[in-house]
Amino acid sequence: MRYNAWQIFKEAFTGQTGWKPVWRDPEPKKEYDIVLIGGGGHGLSTAYYLAKNHGLTNIAVLEKGYIGSGNIGRNTTIVRANYFLPGNSEFYSHSLKLWEGLESDLNYNVMHSQRGLINLFHSDGQRDAFVRRGNAMINQGDDAVLLDRDGVRQHLPYIDFDNVRFPVYGGLLHPRGGTARHDAVAWGYARGADQRGVDLIQNCEVTGIDISNGKVTGVQTSRGPIRAKKVAMVAAGRSGQVAAMAGMRLPIESHVLQAFVTEGLKPVIDHVVSFGMGHFYISQSDKGGLVFGGDLDFYSSYAQRGNLPMKEHVMEAAMTLMPMIGKAKVLRSWGGIMDMSPDGSPIIDRTHVDGLFVNCGWNYGGFKAVPASGWAYAHLIATGKPHDTAARYRLDRFTTGRGIMDEEGTGSQHNLH
Amino acid sequence: MLTLTCPCCGVSGEETEFHAGGEAHLKRYGPGSSDNDFEGYLFMRENPKGVHFERWRHVYGCGKWFLAARCTATLEVFGTYPAQTTEPPQDIKDKITAKRPGWSWRDFA
Repeated sequence: MRYNAWQIFKEAFTGQTGWKPVWRDPEPKKEYDIVLIGGGGHGLSTAYYLAKNHGLTNIAVLEKGYIGSGNIGRNTTIVRANYFLPGNSEFYSHSLKLWEGLESDLNYNVMHSQRGLINLFHSDGQRDAFVRRGNAMINQGDDAVLLDRDGVRQHLPYIDFDNVRFPVYGGLLHPRGGTARHDAVAWGYARGADQRGVDLIQNCEVTGIDISNGKVTGVQTSRGPIRAKKVAMVAAGRSGQVAAMAGMRLPIESHVLQAFVTEGLKPVIDHVVSFGMGHFYISQSDKGGLVFGGDLDFYSSYAQRGNLPMKEHVMEAAMTLMPMIGKAKVLRSWGGIMDMSPDGSPIIDRTHVDGLFVNCGWNYGGFKAVPASGWAYAHLIATGKPHDTAARYRLDRFTTGRGIMDEEGTGSQHNLH
Repeated sequence: MLTLTCPCCGVSGEETEFHAGGEAHLKRYGPGSSDNDFEGYLFMRENPKGVHFERWRHVYGCGKWFLAARCTATLEVFGTYPAQTTEPPQDIKDKITAKRPGWSWRDFA
């Protein structure tokens, strides 16, 4: 069914009985051309673009849980292209362009809202750094506007401008930045892939990767063996365990990142606000809840929940930035498992095994990358060559030291991002 | 909330008193080693879901580094021990075996 206003109109008069499940629940076949390990945002978008851009449809997406159960359903929904380093810059720029056409492409409302993103700065040195970043964004063809203190006040009158430790000097506004409905992104891509013939197989955990003579031949799963000509790993926080099945170690540590949402409120925060010095960022969902998050717990974890010290830190940062938030009640908090790479940039590449591909290392930036990651990964799997926008996301950059992309400038080693 | 006991000064404290320092028992490779060995030392990690050995520092205490055995899935701390060793002591291994029979981590089991 193609969604449009007429369908809504028709269903309103026929008791809403015509809506059908938007993807099938197929039994796994014995053999596929391509098996994707992981049915998260990146896996689903990869399947979608393999079908749409490359005409490949004999594909299975194997998901351990259910569609939308991983990080695609537990993030803070921010979409932006304010990257700085060559490699990241063109990739996220491409991703934002795909976001802008995503709803008509998928025929699915992902509630993409370009409400503007403001990164605050608190010193002259930080202003210089943001001027440089803004120029890099403009040179890439994206948008950036430097706001002074009064400029920020026009957008965000409610923040504390005269905090003793972090007085607000100004902000870098990225007007095309914003948010999207995270679950809808998963559902939209799942529906699009399914309509083109991709099998989405849920509750199917991969337990082994079959390799013979240096070539991948299939996977073992909790629902039986599946043969495949190509196998693509895209398992985010679980990348380490999946890669271990192929005898690989990855330059990845898995950490928990927490996020929070308050009870629904009337419209109060119009933008995405990022308070880097407090490791704090916030936006308001269309349902009214204030959605915000902070920093990692900083020790490796596979528990999809965080510990209390970081919760306290995030609440303190929130109160520092916008004292009015103290009146809001936190409804719930949750944690997602981040695949942290040493330089804070992702990996989309072949592996030493013929026909086996790897896509991981998204750190805490995976959501906004969903369209371009799938696009580039599909291109790599289909053609064997890296896509231009993701050519620098090489696995071997840690062996050679060439092309390491430390966007934050904190140093290219674990535990610094 | 993790509770860790510093084996250097004997103080037990909450995780806010300590700072995590990543994977323990790394074999160090320096100048003259192969690219793969050097990469392995700098970047490649076990990243297990389950039993993990890692470095911690008692930052708001004696300031010393030490090692801990912890489960990354349940966040249970099995025990801590001094850093002047190349493998976990037998009593720590026994404690882990009692709770996670059949565990292994790199060459240890």
